[in-house]
Amino acid sequence: MPQFALEINGRFHTVNAEADMPLLWVLRDLLQLTGTKYGCGIAMCGACTVHLDGQATRSCQTAVQSAVGHKIVTIEGLGTDRLHPVQEAWIEEQVPQCGYCQSGQIMTAAAFLATNHAPTDAQIDDAMAGNICRCATYFRMRKAIHRAAQEMHS
Amino acid sequence: MKISRRAFLGSSAAAGGGLIIGFSLLHHFEAAHDNHAPEDPFDAWVQINPDNSSQIVLAQSEMGQGVFTALPMIVADEADLDWSRVQVVQSDLSRDTGGSGSVIGNYMPLRRAGATVRALMIAAAAKSWNVPEAECATAKSEVSHIASGKKATYGALVGQARRLPIPEPTRLLLKNARQYNLIGHATSHLDIPDKCTGKTRFGLDVRLPGMVYAVIARCPTFGGTAASFDASRALTTPGVLQVFEIPARGYRVFTAGGVVVIATSTWAAIQGRNALKITWNQGPHAHESTEQLRMQMRQSLEGSPSWSSELHGPDPDTIPAATRIETVYEFPFVAHACMEPMNITMHLQGDKCETWCPSQCASISRTVIAKELGLPESAVTVHTTFMGGGFGRRFQYDFQTEAAQIARHVSTPVQLVWTREDDMTHDFYRPTGMRRMRGAVDEQGRIVAWSDYLVDTAIGAFWSQPGKWKPSGDELPGELIYPIPHIRTSFTLAQSAVPRAWWRSVESSFNVGAVEAFVDELAHAAKLDPYQFRRHLLELPPIPKKKPSSGQKPFDPQRLIAVLDLAARKGDWSKPLRPGRGRGIACTSVYAYLAQVAEVTIEQDTIHVDRLVTVVDCGQVINPNGARAQLEGGALFSLSAILKEAITIENGAVQQQNFNAYDVLRFPDAPKLETWFIESHDDPHGLGEAAVGLTAPAVANAIFAATGKRLRKFPLRLDEATS
Repeated sequence: MPQFALEINGRFHTVNAEADMPLLWVLRDLLQLTGTKYGCGIAMCGACTVHLDGQATRSCQTAVQSAVGHKIVTIEGLGTDRLHPVQEAWIEEQVPQCGYCQSGQIMTAAAFLATNHAPTDAQIDDAMAGNICRCATYFRMRKAIHRAAQEMHS
Repeated sequence: MKISRRAFLGSSAAAGGGLIIGFSLLHHFEAAHDNHAPEDPFDAWVQINPDNSSQIVLAQSEMGQGVFTALPMIVADEADLDWSRVQVVQSDLSRDTGGSGSVIGNYMPLRRAGATVRALMIAAAAKSWNVPEAECATAKSEVSHIASGKKATYGALVGQARRLPIPEPTRLLLKNARQYNLIGHATSHLDIPDKCTGKTRFGLDVRLPGMVYAVIARCPTFGGTAASFDASRALTTPGVLQVFEIPARGYRVFTAGGVVVIATSTWAAIQGRNALKITWNQGPHAHESTEQLRMQMRQSLEGSPSWSSELHGPDPDTIPAATRIETVYEFPFVAHACMEPMNITMHLQGDKCETWCPSQCASISRTVIAKELGLPESAVTVHTTFMGGGFGRRFQYDFQTEAAQIARHVSTPVQLVWTREDDMTHDFYRPTGMRRMRGAVDEQGRIVAWSDYLVDTAIGAFWSQPGKWKPSGDELPGELIYPIPHIRTSFTLAQSAVPRAWWRSVESSFNVGAVEAFVDELAHAAKLDPYQFRRHLLELPPIPKKKPSSGQKPFDPQRLIAVLDLAARKGDWSKPLRPGRGRGIACTSVYAYLAQVAEVTIEQDTIHVDRLVTVVDCGQVINPNGARAQLEGGALFSLSAILKEAITIENGAVQQQNFNAYDVLRFPDAPKLETWFIESHDDPHGLGEAAVGLTAPAVANAIFAATGKRLRKFPLRLDEATS
């Protein structure tokens, strides 16, 4: 089985996997990084979102071989010394209910806010439209994104 | 209420030397203290540690509804614990968690448990200081004697408290509402920080040494089985370890059976399943389709009902009245679609089974697993994990049964994973139905006649032997909150092989919807304001009930009027909106007293819900933060269903496989939410399901206000409007 070296959360990991195995399952099943979630397997729900070189990426549609050479960040590596402002805002606004989709929501929001300093509601809706939350915490997430934007860029 | 005195003081050899007060949640309260974590009948306990920290262990399942915080708040408040030093632990054997019952059922047991802790601590302090108990006060896990200035932490008193008898429940002093320092105060959810860092372990996140993964190829057609299969390609798929068949199981667990693929990763198992060649025996239900079901239901509506309520007086359809209308509503099957698909991890070692189970009821899971394995229940350990949504789906026992069947073939721990496609096509769906409503309003604006004929695929019929089922309870059109002199309700079952069960708010999701939409139609037909129309009806003298419901407090129209008035005020009911926008109002007393105003904008062919203003009187609010979250989530769970969701059937199978075909509410669809509570210290109500029934009529009524079109078929589509 082919071997791949992946840079995840600032550390190198070597995995033996089929080249087309999605990064999602490499993270979850081979590396035990279970913070990244399986929700649909077809990039329709966003639960599996990670950062590839800072871009929000659906890990369920990213073959392990195509992740080589990119800096991968998962929810476990988002806040390093302290929580990321998006995580802090999520706690402050008491966003999660069941919490299952929230890793993906937070990763999508963090990548979005890295380049959008003062987003409007419409821009937030657009950026987050690919992430489903069945507890429907959208209203609190919207508030948390505004809060995090202020914290990050003020 | 009987306190168990079986338990006695234990030795100080207990781990950490803490004091444990065990009690049982739901239905009864028993307490005992011992040095060991209590066994049955205790399913919850509070432990005070010598370092003055405390642990509260609870048997309810946390699936996002906030019990993990709300229930401990009740204990901690009555016990006067230092909340910052309370740790909450999920006990292994969770009891039924559903029906919005956790707060209602546990409020008094939790308060008494807390009060028991406080009483023991005061008794211990008073004894050691030789002062009267009445002179002692408590706060933040500390007893103080005001006159002498003496203070002792609960932790320091544990040794003495362990030697004291448990106080009689009749002697326990419970706080009054003014004394609460946690109950009624917005409190951060204890489980939220870990849910923001990926640390929370859901069922699918269980990882054990040597663990393998299983997926099952199930027949897409309900009731179908594998006639034959060829596993040769699957077995050469990298990572695949085993392929074998498991049979379907019937009543109570309702599994489809199928061909199991075991592999070293979830991905390899899915790839192996894709490589299977299976010939299905479609079984007896392959002819079923949504169109066939709709035709069946339409025919039933035209014929005589199989069940009708007794008529006391004239037929409502013949009562003379100024205004009379008739409409038909239709609602589809809908799926739970929990974000975390069904799953379970199991390790069977000889005659011992250990399982990590995201279930709303671990105790029934244990029974079902033990039965499938032929083991005594005591041989099965069930760990309840956090759950990525429940909504009633995790009140089923199919995946537990499948895992037990699989575990017999596998020597290592095995995680059974349902893919999204499995989860969507083998759910237990909210029933589909049609209902014909007829009503009449007199010149004084009173509804004088009402007939409601419901035809649906009732849940009970799926769970009963053919022909042995009779509709009952909420399966029938329910009692109305408005006093109407002439009422007839009728029902006919629509035959279907599609599994049905409890979906957040169960029948209320279509009962409240139809009633409150039809009341709106009657108001408009009588040229009356829908808010004032409801208000006027609620002010009329109530019609005495023939059978008062036992145990429950009777419906109080004044509480609903207060809620309705506040919703109208906060929702700007009397302020005009520009053309293309509209407001709708609805109210209910199911679960709690609620009213909602929805504000919508219609642009070309799209419905956009801009704002939902919800007002609730749910008695004593435990955690306003969590209560608000449940009302927000309930309203939008409903909005998702009524704007987007429908499961359709073709060839006896579900047509929607994944979120590309089963669209749900997303960020751009989410309205602004405003939630208001009426202050009350009445007994608390549960709120997990309360708002679900209300949003359908509020939104449908708002669409009518905006467009003059009545949408009566769910999910709502503007091109299916009738004017």
